Amino acid sequence: MKKMQLTLTVNGEAHDVLAEPRELLIHVLRERLGLTGPHIGCETSHCGACTIDMNGRSVKSCTVFAAQADGATITTIEGLGAPGALHPLQEAFREHHGLQCGFCTPGMITRAYRLLQENPSPTEAEVRMGMAGNLCRCTGYQNIVKAILAAATEMNTLKEAAE
Amino acid sequence: MIPAAFEYHRPPDLAAAIAALRDYGDDARVVAGGHSLIPMMKLRMAEIPHLIDLQAITALKGISIDGSTVRIGAMTTQAELIAHDGLASLAPILRETALQIADPQVRYVGTIGGNVANGDPGNDMPALMQCLDAGFILAGPDGERTVSAREFYQSAYVTLREDGEILTAVSFEATGGGHAYEKQKRKIGDYATAAAAVLMVKDKTACSRASVAMTNLSDVPVWSKAAGDALAGTSCGPADIDAAVAAMLADIAPTADNRGPVEFKRHVAGVILRRAIARAWSRA
Repeated sequence: MKKMQLTLTVNGEAHDVLAEPRELLIHVLRERLGLTGPHIGCETSHCGACTIDMNGRSVKSCTVFAAQADGATITTIEGLGAPGALHPLQEAFREHHGLQCGFCTPGMITRAYRLLQENPSPTEAEVRMGMAGNLCRCTGYQNIVKAILAAATEMNTLKEAAE
Repeated sequence: MIPAAFEYHRPPDLAAAIAALRDYGDDARVVAGGHSLIPMMKLRMAEIPHLIDLQAITALKGISIDGSTVRIGAMTTQAELIAHDGLASLAPILRETALQIADPQVRYVGTIGGNVANGDPGNDMPALMQCLDAGFILAGPDGERTVSAREFYQSAYVTLREDGEILTAVSFEATGGGHAYEKQKRKIGDYATAAAAVLMVKDKTACSRASVAMTNLSDVPVWSKAAGDALAGTSCGPADIDAAVAAMLADIAPTADNRGPVEFKRHVAGVILRRAIARAWSRA
């Protein structure tokens, strides 16, 4: 099958990618662009480990063909923070023990990022509802919710300080 | 999980999409959000040589409200339905239902058109559309037609949509009154073990009109005219609700699967309908 030329803007950088239409976005991100932050967990759109931000929406990249993403603007966990300059969500997950094995964490944080963009001061119930598409098999969610609530407070404080 | 190879098409408008369906015939299938179709392709339960992506067709997007008439473009996502305040005030049952579909990530991409056109008995919007007495607008090579949601579903995945047609919008008249979409599911993201859509209009102390439809309790969504009739003209006392539940149970035909045996599903259907009636009536 003929490959397609795709243009993706990922973490602020434009990429031209040659891919078969049937290639899943998660495979293009991991194998062609070397962005191994988003993980492949269940591969059936249940677990949320592959969550990325695409055109301002949280998307499970195992259930999107790369061809559908042609022209899209994408943020992965690699685009949110860096070693030495962690995103407040990353800091909060570390501070509040929001992870054990870490496998679900990139998807959790990328999803939480969009949740807090849409709702900067969520209640605990809103966090739980908003994170319902991400599964964790280690921590039982309590500390993940705590971390997100703490990050929301921190992000609001930083925003006020900047204004 | 890698699907079979296919050619990808992104037509710029509806005419081009209909032309692509005509050109490729049985080898073509349209994709909206893809969260039903793509998993089937990955499992190779569906092989589609030509995938026609509707995302660029702006005419398929958006919600318009004219008086009590609501029209929702097929490519409108569940998240957009939830976020639309005008729709929430005129027909709040849409938001209540959409919030119970899958999870946030799926709701960002899953569309109302895909949900109703696919013909999966597990989908929630078909029963809701039957409850609302909605019409489905279908566009094909010979123009446009409207099919009632109450007639559209023939059996699992078999609908009155012709192969060359695309479902472009749903349309309904908002009736006001009380509403509820009540859903029992095993976990987040699961299809319903049983779900009920109920609309009730109150006239002083009596129920003047009621509409009841059920999800995932037959190979098609079930609009139970008899259940609605059992409530209409009553004050919704215990005997009236018993009659409505009995009427609904006579209309469903669940089958045993990993959500339980038939008797369990019939039990859950009764519980769920009672809750839905109570909530709808309290809001009427």
